[in-house]
Amino acid sequence: MSIQEQDSAGAPARASLLNDPKARGLFYQATLIIALVAFGWFIVSNTVENLERQNIASGFGFLQNTAGFGIIQALVDYTETSSYGQAIIVGFFNTLLVAVIGIFLATIIGFVVGIARLSNNWVISRLAYCYVELIRNVPLLLQIFFWYFAVLRAVPGKRDKWSFLFDTFHLNIAGLRGPQPVFEEGSGIIGWALVLAIVLAFAVARWSRKRQEATGQQFPVFLTGIGMIIGLPLIAYLFAGMPMHFNYPEFVETGPMLRRGFTLGSGFNLIPEFLALTLALSIYTAAFIAEIVRAGIQAVSHGQSEAAHALGLRNGPTLRLVIIPQAMRVIIPPLTSQYLNLTKNSSLAVAIAFPDLVSVGGTVLNQTGQAIEIIGIWMFVYLTLSLLTSAFMNWYNQRMALVER
Amino acid sequence: MANADIFQIRTEEAPKLAAPISTSGVVGWMRQNLFSSIGNTVLTVIGLLIAYSLIMPFVQFAIIDAVWTGSDRTACLAAEGAGHAGACWAYVIDYLPQFIYGRYPTEEIYRVNIVYALFVLLLVPLLMPSAPYKGINALLFLVVFPIISYFLLTGLEFGGTVVLPIVETARWGGLLVTLVIAVTGIVASLPLGIALALGRRSNMPIIKMVSVIFIEFWRGVPLITVLFMSSVMLPLFLPEGVTFDKLLRVLIGVTLFSAAYMAEVVRGGLQAIPKGQYEGAMALGLRFWPMMGLIILPQALKLVIPGIVNTFIGLFKDTTLVLIVGMFDLLGQIQSSFSDPNWSTPTQGHTGYLFAAIVFFVFCFGMSRYSIFMENKLHTGHKR
Repeated sequence: MSIQEQDSAGAPARASLLNDPKARGLFYQATLIIALVAFGWFIVSNTVENLERQNIASGFGFLQNTAGFGIIQALVDYTETSSYGQAIIVGFFNTLLVAVIGIFLATIIGFVVGIARLSNNWVISRLAYCYVELIRNVPLLLQIFFWYFAVLRAVPGKRDKWSFLFDTFHLNIAGLRGPQPVFEEGSGIIGWALVLAIVLAFAVARWSRKRQEATGQQFPVFLTGIGMIIGLPLIAYLFAGMPMHFNYPEFVETGPMLRRGFTLGSGFNLIPEFLALTLALSIYTAAFIAEIVRAGIQAVSHGQSEAAHALGLRNGPTLRLVIIPQAMRVIIPPLTSQYLNLTKNSSLAVAIAFPDLVSVGGTVLNQTGQAIEIIGIWMFVYLTLSLLTSAFMNWYNQRMALVER
Repeated sequence: MANADIFQIRTEEAPKLAAPISTSGVVGWMRQNLFSSIGNTVLTVIGLLIAYSLIMPFVQFAIIDAVWTGSDRTACLAAEGAGHAGACWAYVIDYLPQFIYGRYPTEEIYRVNIVYALFVLLLVPLLMPSAPYKGINALLFLVVFPIISYFLLTGLEFGGTVVLPIVETARWGGLLVTLVIAVTGIVASLPLGIALALGRRSNMPIIKMVSVIFIEFWRGVPLITVLFMSSVMLPLFLPEGVTFDKLLRVLIGVTLFSAAYMAEVVRGGLQAIPKGQYEGAMALGLRFWPMMGLIILPQALKLVIPGIVNTFIGLFKDTTLVLIVGMFDLLGQIQSSFSDPNWSTPTQGHTGYLFAAIVFFVFCFGMSRYSIFMENKLHTGHKR
């Protein structure tokens, strides 16, 4: 019908409105918008009604109220009289701590295992293969439970300990204890020396690259850099009159049974929840990283190493200068998502009550009933972390990407 | 005769050279793969030491020192006292019904068994490439089976007459819950994921934007927060008096979450299809859905089978997280059995976790092996 009407009105000859892709597109999109708006309105109106009926004030005002619960590990000042908002900040920093240390460990283990899987040695490559398959195919939560409830509960009780690394680190049911550096007055100069060393190392790297481009001469950048970063603070430390010592954990072995154990405040202490979570997360993620590394190295054509050998490069420089830079291009994008996964998976801390963002938030949620706000905070924080990480990695990826004509 | 000096006639035998180093057989293989150099030999020894120090305690714990029979903890404690702190398998055997069915009423368990049996009967021929009637089989598995098992598991009442007594989902547990969440999540997230992937590649800006936001949002948050959201926030979204079953809420959350991951996998496959395939389909006069359904998606999905299976495996492992919102999947059921004083022994935890690990490993490793098998079976020239 519409065709005839259009024709009689003298409109330009075209397909029916039903078959016009543009019109159809507009119609679909309009329908989607209407459906979404209706759905949103339905949810919002229901939520408002429900909140009113349950007498829950909406908004973030509750964050100023006193929390009244303790947190077993806090990187920033926190007491039971602090506010809910401060509690959530403590949780956020704990999440960051687990994520950073977990990513660090997982990267190291993952690269080692990934390269081991490519080893010519049959035993080594089989071991790496078994590690990857076993760890990948068992749920992370189960692994966290295993480390926390099965392994870390089997260590000695509070009145006893296992020591290792020449008696500097000790493990018992209260966690891992080790020496804590204590900075005294005048120790600031060590920090400044470290900063200076890092800046100098970068400068040397730039200078040596320029010199190599101009003259072809190489300079041992890595060794000088390491030397400066270790050496300068050491010199500063000696010059400033050694203003730093280590606070070693003290263990009382004699006297009445109840007095035995570590003295409070001696050395640093990593709580078992933290240990279990970090171990499980990094071992689990490392299995995935290992596969990524293996695939990345295998993606570099064999001709590249043959060409490098033909140029006279030995195995080490071939790997470092030819294979790894090319493999990194393949490795970095999936590696990014593994880092993100690790960060998101750290939310499983709630299962063993390590006070991360989700765990602390869950406590606040139970006490206040502010479900929407708390879940909103969670999602906002994780989304921001995700976007920041992927933005950084995209930038890095672009720098490393192959520049083609 | 002067020429005789030119010739040299060997009067004694040439010195015998040693036989070349064998490169075949067990010895040759070992020489090549284990002891080719000093460094390699050291690595082999270290590797063997690591393997030995891991495998021996495991075998000792799981098999040699294990206790297999007994009706309560005394058997395991006795072995413990005798210095054999091995796995207490008697506890797992005693608890096996709970691990498989949860607290499903004993007299109704046959219904769960029927569902399990139907699942295996329909799935196995579907997975075998040589089995006939794939179309009917898929229809039965994807449409008929879910409906039948829904009524079998929840119960059926027909205008007052009880055909099958109702069993609330609060009584479901163990492997049943794990499988229900995993299978429902897998089956429901695939079509949703395909739709989202198509939406993300659509020319229509609003549809594209909505898909992108949906995908990036669900991929950016941890599954735990999604589960909290579906169990705590979802009831707030609904009008007064409307309540959702807890399991259903979790299912919705899991499906939306894994659909976003599935969408990205499918998008990868769609991007890998050359433009000529689209143009060819359009030149044949196919419209959008026939083009997608007959030409593009079959090729794209075939390309991303490993990615899809990886998402499935991830989803299967992630079902364990429901225990955090108070549901008892396999791991949750095992975790809760630890509070039973009848079986409380020092090795109970290790045994329970070992059992859970074995079950999950068998499922996940099986899936990944199957995906490799299908990949080899289906590859049609894409592989180099």
